[in-house]
Amino acid sequence: MITFENVTKTYNGNRGLVEANVHIDKGDFVFLVGPSGAGKSTFIKLILKEINADSGKITVGDWEVTGLSNREIPELRRGIGIVFQDFRLLPKKTVYENVAFAMEVIHKSKRQIRKRVPQVLSLVGISDKADKYPDELSAGEQQRVAIARAIINNPSLLIADEPTGNLDPDTATEIMDLLNQINITGTTIVMVTHAKDIVDRMKKRVIAIEKGHIVRDEFGQYGFEEEGAAEDEQFDI
Amino acid sequence: MNSLTYNLKQALQQIFRNKGMSVASIFAITAMMLILGLFFVLTVNVNLFTEMVKADYDQIEVFLEDSTSKAEAQEIMDQVAVHEHVEDVEYRSKKDALKIMKKRWGENSYLLDTLGENPLPNSLLITIDNLESAEDVTSYLGEFKGIEDIKYYKETVEKLTMVTDFLQIACLIIMAFLVIVSVVVVSNTIKLTVMARAKEISIMKYIGATNWFIRGPFFAEGVILGIFSSLVSAGITFAVYSKVVGAIGTQVMTILSSPLVPAGYMAGNLICIFLAMGISIGACGSIISMRRFLDT
Repeated sequence: MITFENVTKTYNGNRGLVEANVHIDKGDFVFLVGPSGAGKSTFIKLILKEINADSGKITVGDWEVTGLSNREIPELRRGIGIVFQDFRLLPKKTVYENVAFAMEVIHKSKRQIRKRVPQVLSLVGISDKADKYPDELSAGEQQRVAIARAIINNPSLLIADEPTGNLDPDTATEIMDLLNQINITGTTIVMVTHAKDIVDRMKKRVIAIEKGHIVRDEFGQYGFEEEGAAEDEQFDI
Repeated sequence: MNSLTYNLKQALQQIFRNKGMSVASIFAITAMMLILGLFFVLTVNVNLFTEMVKADYDQIEVFLEDSTSKAEAQEIMDQVAVHEHVEDVEYRSKKDALKIMKKRWGENSYLLDTLGENPLPNSLLITIDNLESAEDVTSYLGEFKGIEDIKYYKETVEKLTMVTDFLQIACLIIMAFLVIVSVVVVSNTIKLTVMARAKEISIMKYIGATNWFIRGPFFAEGVILGIFSSLVSAGITFAVYSKVVGAIGTQVMTILSSPLVPAGYMAGNLICIFLAMGISIGACGSIISMRRFLDT
Protein backbone atom coordinates (compact mmCIF):
# COMPACT_ATOMS: atom_id res chain seq x y z
CA MET A 1 0.00 0.00 0.00
CA ILE A 2 2.74 2.44 0.99
CA THR A 3 6.44 2.13 0.24
CA PHE A 4 9.26 4.56 1.00
CA GLU A 5 12.56 3.76 -0.71
CA ASN A 6 15.55 5.76 0.53
CA VAL A 7 13.40 8.83 1.01
CA THR A 8 15.15 11.96 2.22
CA LYS A 9 13.57 15.32 2.91
CA THR A 10 15.39 18.29 4.38
CA TYR A 11 14.11 21.78 5.15
CA ASN A 12 16.80 24.38 4.48
CA GLY A 13 19.43 21.99 5.79
CA ASN A 14 17.34 20.76 8.73
CA ARG A 15 16.57 17.08 8.41
CA GLY A 16 12.95 16.05 8.17
CA LEU A 17 13.43 12.47 7.09
CA VAL A 18 16.69 10.70 6.24
CA GLU A 19 17.06 7.68 3.96
CA ALA A 20 13.75 6.25 5.12
CA ASN A 21 12.71 2.76 4.00
CA VAL A 22 9.21 1.65 4.92
CA HIS A 23 6.79 -0.87 3.52
CA ILE A 24 3.18 -0.92 4.66
CA ASP A 25 0.88 -3.61 3.27
CA LYS A 26 -2.73 -3.24 2.30
CA GLY A 27 -4.95 -3.73 5.35
CA ASP A 28 -2.21 -2.93 7.87
CA PHE A 29 -2.81 -0.88 10.99
CA VAL A 30 0.34 1.09 11.74
CA PHE A 31 1.18 3.48 14.55
CA LEU A 32 3.68 6.19 13.74
CA VAL A 33 5.35 7.30 16.95
CA GLY A 34 8.23 9.46 18.04
CA PRO A 35 9.05 12.69 19.85
CA SER A 36 7.71 15.99 18.55
CA GLY A 37 9.70 17.20 15.55
CA ALA A 38 11.06 13.74 14.83
CA GLY A 39 9.69 13.59 11.29
CA LYS A 40 6.22 12.07 11.71
CA SER A 41 4.50 15.03 10.04
CA THR A 42 7.06 14.98 7.25
CA PHE A 43 6.18 11.33 6.69
CA ILE A 44 2.45 12.11 6.44
CA LYS A 45 2.95 15.18 4.28
CA LEU A 46 5.08 13.19 1.86
CA ILE A 47 2.32 10.60 1.49
CA LEU A 48 -0.19 13.36 0.70
CA LYS A 49 2.33 15.17 -1.50
CA GLU A 50 1.91 18.34 0.49
CA ILE A 51 5.68 18.47 0.24
CA ASN A 52 8.05 16.82 -2.21
CA ALA A 53 10.88 14.46 -1.30
CA ASP A 54 14.43 15.56 -2.08
CA SER A 55 15.36 12.04 -3.14
CA GLY A 56 14.01 8.50 -3.02
CA LYS A 57 10.78 6.99 -4.25
CA ILE A 58 7.36 6.89 -2.60
CA THR A 59 4.41 4.86 -3.79
CA VAL A 60 0.89 4.91 -2.37
CA GLY A 61 -1.47 2.29 -3.82
CA ASP A 62 -1.07 2.47 -7.57
CA TRP A 63 0.36 5.98 -7.46
CA GLU A 64 4.03 6.76 -7.65
CA VAL A 65 3.75 9.84 -5.48
CA THR A 66 7.25 11.12 -6.15
CA GLY A 67 6.56 11.22 -9.88
CA LEU A 68 3.13 12.80 -9.65
CA SER A 69 2.39 16.18 -11.22
CA ASN A 70 0.54 18.79 -9.17
CA ARG A 71 -2.44 18.26 -11.42
CA GLU A 72 -2.74 14.65 -10.25
CA ILE A 73 -2.62 15.43 -6.51
CA PRO A 74 -6.42 15.68 -6.12
CA GLU A 75 -6.81 12.20 -7.62
CA LEU A 76 -4.23 10.83 -5.17
CA ARG A 77 -6.01 12.38 -2.20
CA ARG A 78 -9.39 11.02 -3.20
CA GLY A 79 -8.03 7.60 -2.36
CA ILE A 80 -6.88 8.74 1.08
CA GLY A 81 -9.04 9.67 4.05
CA ILE A 82 -7.63 12.04 6.67
CA VAL A 83 -8.57 12.65 10.29
CA PHE A 84 -6.99 15.44 12.33
CA GLN A 85 -6.48 16.06 16.02
CA ASP A 86 -8.58 19.25 15.78
CA PHE A 87 -11.34 17.60 13.66
CA ARG A 88 -11.42 20.45 11.09
CA LEU A 89 -15.16 20.44 10.56
CA LEU A 90 -16.86 23.35 8.84
CA PRO A 91 -18.65 25.26 11.60
CA LYS A 92 -21.44 26.62 9.41
CA LYS A 93 -22.43 23.26 8.03
CA THR A 94 -24.46 20.60 9.82
CA VAL A 95 -23.08 17.15 10.49
CA TYR A 96 -24.87 15.84 7.43
CA GLU A 97 -23.56 18.70 5.26
CA ASN A 98 -20.02 18.31 6.54
CA VAL A 99 -19.97 14.69 5.51
CA ALA A 100 -21.84 15.29 2.25
CA PHE A 101 -19.33 18.00 1.42
CA ALA A 102 -16.64 15.37 0.88
CA MET A 103 -18.80 13.83 -1.83
CA GLU A 104 -19.83 17.14 -3.41
CA VAL A 105 -16.20 18.09 -3.77
CA ILE A 106 -15.57 15.11 -6.00
CA HIS A 107 -18.75 15.71 -8.03
CA LYS A 108 -20.93 12.88 -6.73
CA SER A 109 -24.60 13.20 -7.62
CA LYS A 110 -27.24 14.34 -5.13
CA ARG A 111 -28.82 10.90 -5.30
CA GLN A 112 -25.58 9.11 -4.43
CA ILE A 113 -24.99 11.54 -1.56
CA ARG A 114 -28.47 11.07 -0.11
CA LYS A 115 -27.96 7.34 -0.15
CA ARG A 116 -24.42 7.15 1.18
CA VAL A 117 -24.27 9.79 3.95
CA PRO A 118 -26.82 8.16 6.30
CA GLN A 119 -25.03 4.81 5.89
CA VAL A 120 -21.73 6.27 7.02
CA LEU A 121 -23.27 8.32 9.82
CA SER A 122 -24.82 5.17 11.25
CA LEU A 123 -21.53 3.31 10.80
CA VAL A 124 -19.75 5.82 13.05
CA GLY A 125 -22.72 5.92 15.39
CA ILE A 126 -24.03 9.47 15.09
CA SER A 127 -27.13 9.06 12.94
CA ASP A 128 -29.18 10.96 15.51
CA LYS A 129 -26.91 14.03 15.26
CA ALA A 130 -27.21 14.56 11.51
CA ASP A 131 -28.89 17.97 11.78
CA LYS A 132 -26.69 19.35 14.56
CA TYR A 133 -23.87 21.82 14.05
CA PRO A 134 -20.33 20.89 15.13
CA ASP A 135 -20.35 23.22 18.15
CA GLU A 136 -23.40 21.38 19.50
CA LEU A 137 -21.45 18.13 19.67
CA SER A 138 -18.97 16.70 22.15
CA ALA A 139 -15.36 16.31 21.09
CA GLY A 140 -15.79 12.58 20.59
CA GLU A 141 -18.85 13.12 18.42
CA GLN A 142 -17.03 15.70 16.36
CA GLN A 143 -14.21 13.25 15.74
CA ARG A 144 -16.77 10.68 14.62
CA VAL A 145 -18.10 13.19 12.09
CA ALA A 146 -14.54 13.77 10.90
CA ILE A 147 -14.03 10.02 10.54
CA ALA A 148 -17.30 9.71 8.64
CA ARG A 149 -16.11 12.43 6.29
CA ALA A 150 -12.75 10.69 5.87
CA ILE A 151 -14.20 7.31 4.92
CA ILE A 152 -17.27 8.34 2.96
CA ASN A 153 -15.54 8.00 -0.41
CA ASN A 154 -14.23 4.53 0.48
CA PRO A 155 -10.54 5.38 0.66
CA SER A 156 -8.14 2.46 0.70
CA LEU A 157 -5.92 4.37 3.12
CA LEU A 158 -6.91 6.31 6.22
CA ILE A 159 -4.40 8.66 7.81
CA ALA A 160 -5.16 9.71 11.37
CA ASP A 161 -3.01 12.51 12.77
CA GLU A 162 -3.28 12.23 16.57
CA PRO A 163 -7.02 11.54 16.38
CA THR A 164 -7.32 11.06 20.14
CA GLY A 165 -5.14 14.04 21.10
CA ASN A 166 -8.09 16.18 22.20
CA LEU A 167 -10.18 13.41 23.73
CA ASP A 168 -10.55 11.98 27.22
CA PRO A 169 -9.41 8.36 27.68
CA ASP A 170 -12.86 6.77 27.45
CA THR A 171 -13.79 8.66 24.29
CA ALA A 172 -10.34 7.90 22.90
CA THR A 173 -10.99 4.21 23.40
CA GLU A 174 -14.31 4.48 21.54
CA ILE A 175 -12.61 6.24 18.64
CA MET A 176 -9.89 3.57 18.55
CA ASP A 177 -12.57 0.86 18.44
CA LEU A 178 -14.13 2.66 15.52
CA LEU A 179 -10.80 2.89 13.69
CA ASN A 180 -10.15 -0.77 14.39
CA GLN A 181 -13.53 -1.63 12.93
CA ILE A 182 -12.75 0.40 9.80
CA ASN A 183 -9.41 -1.40 9.56
CA ILE A 184 -11.13 -4.78 9.73
CA THR A 185 -13.18 -3.92 6.62
CA GLY A 186 -9.91 -3.66 4.72
CA THR A 187 -8.86 -0.02 5.00
CA THR A 188 -5.17 0.53 5.66
CA ILE A 189 -4.67 2.85 8.63
CA VAL A 190 -1.62 4.95 9.47
CA MET A 191 -2.04 6.71 12.79
CA VAL A 192 0.32 9.28 14.24
CA THR A 193 0.07 9.32 18.02
CA HIS A 194 1.68 10.18 21.32
CA ALA A 195 -0.74 8.03 23.31
CA LYS A 196 1.45 5.33 24.85
CA ASP A 197 -1.42 3.51 26.54
CA ILE A 198 -3.35 3.17 23.30
CA VAL A 199 -0.39 1.87 21.36
CA ASP A 200 0.61 -0.60 24.08
CA ARG A 201 -2.93 -1.89 24.39
CA MET A 202 -3.70 -2.29 20.68
CA LYS A 203 -0.58 -4.35 19.94
CA LYS A 204 -0.27 -3.23 16.33
CA ARG A 205 2.74 -2.54 14.20
CA VAL A 206 4.72 0.46 15.49
CA ILE A 207 7.08 2.54 13.37
CA ALA A 208 9.23 4.82 15.52
CA ILE A 209 10.87 7.90 14.08
CA GLU A 210 13.54 9.89 15.86
CA LYS A 211 15.56 12.79 14.48
CA GLY A 212 14.48 11.96 10.96
CA HIS A 213 15.53 8.32 11.13
CA ILE A 214 13.30 5.29 11.37
CA VAL A 215 14.69 3.75 14.53
CA ARG A 216 12.29 0.88 15.05
CA ASP A 217 9.63 -1.02 13.10
CA GLU A 218 8.04 -3.91 14.98
CA PHE A 219 4.79 -5.17 16.48
CA GLY A 220 3.98 -4.21 20.03
CA GLN A 221 4.97 -1.36 22.26
CA TYR A 222 5.08 2.43 22.08
CA GLY A 223 8.70 2.25 23.21
CA PHE A 224 9.27 5.90 24.02
CA GLU A 225 8.76 7.40 27.39
CA GLU A 226 5.52 9.28 27.27
CA GLU A 227 6.19 12.98 27.03
CA GLY A 228 5.28 14.77 30.25
CA ALA A 229 5.05 11.47 32.08
CA ALA A 230 8.78 10.86 31.99
CA GLU A 231 9.37 11.12 35.73
CA ASP A 232 6.75 8.53 36.70
CA GLU A 233 8.21 6.09 34.24
CA GLN A 234 11.66 6.37 35.72
CA PHE A 235 10.35 5.56 39.17
CA ASP A 236 8.64 2.45 37.86
CA ILE A 237 11.80 0.95 36.41
CA MET B 1 -23.88 18.91 -13.83
CA ASN B 2 -25.12 21.79 -11.70
CA SER B 3 -21.63 23.01 -10.91
CA LEU B 4 -22.49 26.30 -12.63
CA THR B 5 -25.38 26.92 -10.26
CA TYR B 6 -23.19 25.86 -7.35
CA ASN B 7 -20.49 28.36 -8.30
CA LEU B 8 -22.96 31.16 -8.93
CA LYS B 9 -24.76 30.56 -5.65
CA GLN B 10 -21.53 30.56 -3.68
CA ALA B 11 -20.27 33.64 -5.51
CA LEU B 12 -23.43 35.67 -4.87
CA GLN B 13 -23.33 34.65 -1.22
CA GLN B 14 -19.74 35.86 -0.98
CA ILE B 15 -20.53 39.14 -2.69
CA PHE B 16 -23.39 39.87 -0.30
CA ARG B 17 -21.43 38.86 2.78
CA ASN B 18 -18.72 41.31 1.77
CA LYS B 19 -20.99 44.09 0.59
CA GLY B 20 -18.59 46.93 1.42
CA MET B 21 -15.67 45.58 -0.54
CA SER B 22 -17.85 44.39 -3.39
CA VAL B 23 -19.29 47.87 -3.83
CA ALA B 24 -15.81 49.37 -3.55
CA SER B 25 -14.44 47.22 -6.33
CA ILE B 26 -17.48 47.83 -8.52
CA PHE B 27 -16.89 51.56 -8.06
CA ALA B 28 -13.22 51.23 -8.92
CA ILE B 29 -13.80 49.21 -12.08
CA THR B 30 -16.68 51.45 -13.13
CA ALA B 31 -14.57 54.59 -12.65
CA MET B 32 -11.76 53.21 -14.72
CA MET B 33 -14.15 52.07 -17.44
CA LEU B 34 -15.76 55.49 -17.59
CA ILE B 35 -12.38 57.05 -18.27
CA LEU B 36 -11.77 54.38 -20.83
CA GLY B 37 -15.20 55.07 -22.30
CA LEU B 38 -14.34 58.75 -22.70
CA PHE B 39 -11.21 57.88 -24.64
CA PHE B 40 -13.06 55.32 -26.68
CA VAL B 41 -15.75 57.78 -27.70
CA LEU B 42 -13.14 60.38 -28.55
CA THR B 43 -11.07 57.99 -30.62
CA VAL B 44 -14.03 56.67 -32.54
CA ASN B 45 -15.16 60.16 -33.43
CA VAL B 46 -11.74 61.37 -34.45
CA ASN B 47 -11.38 58.23 -36.54
CA LEU B 48 -14.66 58.88 -38.26
CA PHE B 49 -13.67 62.48 -38.87
CA THR B 50 -10.35 61.39 -40.36
CA GLU B 51 -12.05 58.90 -42.62
CA MET B 52 -14.50 61.51 -43.79
CA VAL B 53 -11.72 63.95 -44.54
CA LYS B 54 -9.70 61.30 -46.29
CA ALA B 55 -12.65 60.27 -48.44
CA ASP B 56 -13.32 63.90 -49.30
CA TYR B 57 -9.74 64.71 -50.06
CA ASP B 58 -8.20 61.96 -52.06
CA GLN B 59 -8.93 64.59 -54.64
CA ILE B 60 -7.08 67.59 -55.88
CA GLU B 61 -9.18 70.64 -56.47
CA VAL B 62 -8.05 72.82 -59.30
CA PHE B 63 -9.71 76.23 -59.35
CA LEU B 64 -9.84 77.81 -62.76
CA GLU B 65 -9.53 81.49 -63.53
CA ASP B 66 -12.87 82.98 -64.49
CA SER B 67 -11.39 83.85 -67.87
CA THR B 68 -10.69 80.23 -68.70
CA SER B 69 -13.23 79.00 -71.21
CA LYS B 70 -14.99 75.67 -71.18
CA ALA B 71 -12.95 74.54 -74.20
CA GLU B 72 -9.66 75.42 -72.53
CA ALA B 73 -10.77 73.60 -69.44
CA GLN B 74 -11.59 70.54 -71.56
CA GLU B 75 -8.08 70.65 -73.01
CA ILE B 76 -6.53 70.67 -69.54
CA MET B 77 -8.78 67.79 -68.53
CA ASP B 78 -7.73 65.66 -71.48
CA GLN B 79 -4.07 66.12 -70.69
CA VAL B 80 -4.47 65.56 -66.98
CA ALA B 81 -6.45 62.38 -67.53
CA VAL B 82 -3.46 60.64 -69.10
CA HIS B 83 -1.23 61.18 -66.03
CA GLU B 84 -0.33 57.87 -64.44
CA HIS B 85 -1.59 58.78 -60.95
CA VAL B 86 -4.87 60.29 -62.06
CA GLU B 87 -7.91 58.10 -61.90
CA ASP B 88 -10.64 60.49 -62.82
CA VAL B 89 -11.17 64.11 -63.79
CA GLU B 90 -14.47 65.86 -63.34
CA TYR B 91 -15.58 69.33 -64.26
CA ARG B 92 -17.54 71.25 -61.66
CA SER B 93 -19.16 74.51 -62.66
CA LYS B 94 -19.74 77.47 -60.34
CA LYS B 95 -23.41 76.52 -60.14
CA ASP B 96 -22.79 72.94 -59.17
CA ALA B 97 -20.27 74.01 -56.55
CA LEU B 98 -22.81 76.27 -54.88
CA LYS B 99 -25.46 73.56 -54.94
CA ILE B 100 -23.13 71.15 -53.21
CA MET B 101 -22.22 73.71 -50.60
CA LYS B 102 -25.88 74.42 -49.89
CA LYS B 103 -26.54 70.77 -49.46
CA ARG B 104 -23.70 70.37 -47.01
CA TRP B 105 -24.82 73.30 -44.91
CA GLY B 106 -28.22 71.74 -44.59
CA GLU B 107 -30.78 73.82 -42.74
CA ASN B 108 -28.32 76.69 -42.44
CA SER B 109 -28.02 76.97 -46.21
CA TYR B 110 -30.32 80.00 -46.29
CA LEU B 111 -27.25 81.98 -45.24
CA LEU B 112 -25.82 81.36 -48.69
CA ASP B 113 -28.87 82.86 -50.38
CA THR B 114 -27.71 86.35 -49.40
CA LEU B 115 -24.52 86.04 -51.41
CA GLY B 116 -25.85 87.59 -54.58
CA GLU B 117 -23.36 86.76 -57.31
CA ASN B 118 -21.90 83.29 -57.01
CA PRO B 119 -18.34 83.77 -55.68
CA LEU B 120 -17.26 80.19 -56.30
CA PRO B 121 -14.96 79.49 -59.25
CA ASN B 122 -15.29 76.78 -61.84
CA SER B 123 -13.10 73.90 -60.88
CA LEU B 124 -11.69 70.53 -61.86
CA LEU B 125 -11.87 67.66 -59.45
CA ILE B 126 -8.99 65.31 -59.98
CA THR B 127 -9.25 62.00 -58.23
CA ILE B 128 -5.82 60.55 -57.67
CA ASP B 129 -4.84 57.00 -56.82
CA ASN B 130 -3.72 58.07 -53.37
CA LEU B 131 -2.74 61.14 -51.43
CA GLU B 132 0.96 60.37 -51.66
CA SER B 133 1.00 61.21 -55.35
CA ALA B 134 -0.67 64.59 -54.83
CA GLU B 135 2.60 66.54 -55.11
CA ASP B 136 3.53 64.73 -58.27
CA VAL B 137 0.27 65.59 -59.93
CA THR B 138 0.35 69.17 -58.68
CA SER B 139 3.74 69.90 -60.15
CA TYR B 140 2.51 68.46 -63.45
CA LEU B 141 -0.50 70.79 -63.30
CA GLY B 142 1.79 73.79 -62.80
CA GLU B 143 2.62 73.65 -66.52
CA PHE B 144 -0.91 74.60 -67.58
CA LYS B 145 -2.29 78.10 -68.07
CA GLY B 146 -5.65 79.36 -66.80
CA ILE B 147 -5.32 77.83 -63.36
CA GLU B 148 -5.86 80.13 -60.42
CA ASP B 149 -5.16 77.85 -57.48
CA ILE B 150 -4.56 74.21 -56.61
CA LYS B 151 -5.71 72.72 -53.35
CA TYR B 152 -4.99 69.39 -51.81
CA TYR B 153 -5.03 68.22 -48.23
CA LYS B 154 -2.11 65.94 -47.76
CA GLU B 155 -0.76 67.82 -44.76
CA THR B 156 -4.13 68.18 -43.12
CA VAL B 157 -4.82 64.51 -43.42
CA GLU B 158 -1.37 63.65 -42.15
CA LYS B 159 -1.89 65.82 -39.09
CA LEU B 160 -5.25 64.27 -38.44
CA THR B 161 -3.81 60.80 -38.70
CA MET B 162 -1.15 61.82 -36.21
CA VAL B 163 -3.79 62.99 -33.75
CA THR B 164 -5.71 59.74 -34.13
CA ASP B 165 -2.59 57.66 -33.63
CA PHE B 166 -1.64 59.69 -30.58
CA LEU B 167 -5.10 59.32 -29.08
CA GLN B 168 -5.03 55.61 -29.64
CA ILE B 169 -1.62 55.19 -28.01
CA ALA B 170 -2.55 57.40 -25.07
CA CYS B 171 -5.74 55.42 -24.69
CA LEU B 172 -3.81 52.16 -24.63
CA ILE B 173 -1.31 53.36 -22.02
CA ILE B 174 -3.93 54.82 -19.71
CA MET B 175 -6.02 51.72 -20.16
CA ALA B 176 -3.11 49.48 -19.22
CA PHE B 177 -2.59 51.38 -15.97
CA LEU B 178 -6.27 51.39 -15.12
CA VAL B 179 -6.61 47.71 -15.87
CA ILE B 180 -3.74 46.92 -13.49
CA VAL B 181 -5.32 49.04 -10.76
CA SER B 182 -8.67 47.36 -11.26
CA VAL B 183 -7.18 43.90 -11.13
CA VAL B 184 -5.45 44.74 -7.84
CA VAL B 185 -8.67 46.10 -6.36
CA VAL B 186 -10.68 43.08 -7.41
CA SER B 187 -8.06 40.65 -6.19
CA ASN B 188 -8.02 42.33 -2.79
CA THR B 189 -11.78 42.09 -2.50
CA ILE B 190 -11.73 38.44 -3.34
CA LYS B 191 -8.77 37.79 -1.07
CA LEU B 192 -11.02 38.76 1.84
CA THR B 193 -13.52 36.05 1.02
CA VAL B 194 -10.73 33.61 0.32
CA MET B 195 -9.24 34.22 3.76
CA ALA B 196 -12.61 33.94 5.41
CA ARG B 197 -12.83 30.50 3.84
CA ALA B 198 -9.19 29.46 4.21
CA LYS B 199 -10.06 26.58 6.51
CA GLU B 200 -12.73 25.34 4.15
CA ILE B 201 -10.27 25.54 1.26
CA SER B 202 -7.64 23.52 3.11
CA ILE B 203 -10.22 20.86 3.93
CA MET B 204 -11.34 20.79 0.31
CA LYS B 205 -7.75 20.22 -0.75
CA TYR B 206 -7.31 17.33 1.67
CA ILE B 207 -10.49 15.73 0.43
CA GLY B 208 -9.19 15.88 -3.11
CA ALA B 209 -10.97 18.83 -4.68
CA THR B 210 -9.29 20.04 -7.86
CA ASN B 211 -7.93 23.56 -7.94
CA TRP B 212 -10.59 24.56 -10.41
CA PHE B 213 -13.35 23.25 -8.18
CA ILE B 214 -12.00 25.36 -5.32
CA ARG B 215 -11.45 28.35 -7.56
CA GLY B 216 -14.89 28.15 -9.16
CA PRO B 217 -16.90 30.26 -6.72
CA PHE B 218 -14.17 32.90 -6.42
CA PHE B 219 -13.75 32.99 -10.16
CA ALA B 220 -17.49 33.49 -10.52
CA GLU B 221 -17.35 36.22 -7.89
CA GLY B 222 -14.73 38.14 -9.89
CA VAL B 223 -16.58 37.69 -13.15
CA ILE B 224 -19.88 38.84 -11.63
CA LEU B 225 -18.23 41.97 -10.21
CA GLY B 226 -16.68 42.60 -13.63
CA ILE B 227 -19.91 42.11 -15.56
CA PHE B 228 -21.86 44.29 -13.18
CA SER B 229 -19.32 47.11 -13.40
CA SER B 230 -19.16 46.94 -17.18
CA LEU B 231 -22.94 47.12 -17.51
CA VAL B 232 -23.08 50.13 -15.18
CA SER B 233 -20.29 51.97 -16.97
CA ALA B 234 -21.59 51.11 -20.44
CA GLY B 235 -24.98 52.44 -19.34
CA ILE B 236 -23.53 55.68 -18.00
CA THR B 237 -21.29 56.23 -21.02
CA PHE B 238 -24.18 55.59 -23.39
CA ALA B 239 -26.52 57.93 -21.53
CA VAL B 240 -24.00 60.76 -21.37
CA TYR B 241 -22.94 60.31 -24.98
CA SER B 242 -26.50 60.36 -26.30
CA LYS B 243 -27.05 63.60 -24.42
CA VAL B 244 -23.90 65.06 -25.94
CA VAL B 245 -24.86 63.99 -29.46
CA GLY B 246 -28.34 65.40 -28.96
CA ALA B 247 -27.03 68.71 -27.68
CA ILE B 248 -24.12 69.53 -29.99
CA GLY B 249 -24.36 66.97 -32.81
CA THR B 250 -25.73 69.44 -35.34
CA GLN B 251 -23.26 72.16 -34.43
CA VAL B 252 -20.36 69.75 -34.84
CA MET B 253 -21.77 68.81 -38.22
CA THR B 254 -21.77 72.43 -39.32
CA ILE B 255 -18.38 73.35 -37.95
CA LEU B 256 -16.39 70.27 -38.94
CA SER B 257 -18.73 69.11 -41.69
CA SER B 258 -18.45 65.64 -40.17
CA PRO B 259 -21.14 63.96 -38.06
CA LEU B 260 -20.65 62.50 -34.57
CA VAL B 261 -20.92 58.74 -34.47
CA PRO B 262 -24.56 58.03 -33.58
CA ALA B 263 -25.04 56.87 -29.97
CA GLY B 264 -27.06 53.82 -30.99
CA TYR B 265 -24.32 52.63 -33.31
CA MET B 266 -21.74 53.11 -30.56
CA ALA B 267 -23.75 51.22 -27.92
CA GLY B 268 -23.17 47.73 -29.28
CA ASN B 269 -19.40 48.09 -29.51
CA LEU B 270 -19.23 49.84 -26.17
CA ILE B 271 -21.02 47.03 -24.35
CA CYS B 272 -18.92 44.34 -26.00
CA ILE B 273 -15.64 46.06 -25.14
CA PHE B 274 -16.68 46.83 -21.57
CA LEU B 275 -17.97 43.32 -20.98
CA ALA B 276 -14.83 41.74 -22.34
CA MET B 277 -12.69 43.97 -20.14
CA GLY B 278 -14.86 43.57 -17.07
CA ILE B 279 -14.86 39.80 -17.34
CA SER B 280 -11.13 39.57 -17.85
CA ILE B 281 -10.40 41.98 -15.00
CA GLY B 282 -12.63 39.97 -12.68
CA ALA B 283 -11.17 36.66 -13.77
CA CYS B 284 -7.56 37.83 -13.47
CA GLY B 285 -8.23 39.41 -10.09
CA SER B 286 -9.73 36.25 -8.67
CA ILE B 287 -7.00 33.98 -9.99
CA ILE B 288 -4.28 36.26 -8.62
CA SER B 289 -5.95 36.44 -5.21
CA MET B 290 -6.08 32.65 -4.97
CA ARG B 291 -2.56 31.90 -6.15
CA ARG B 292 -1.03 31.76 -2.70
CA PHE B 293 -3.74 29.47 -1.38
CA LEU B 294 -3.53 26.92 -4.13
CA ASP B 295 0.15 26.36 -4.81
CA THR B 296 0.69 22.95 -3.32
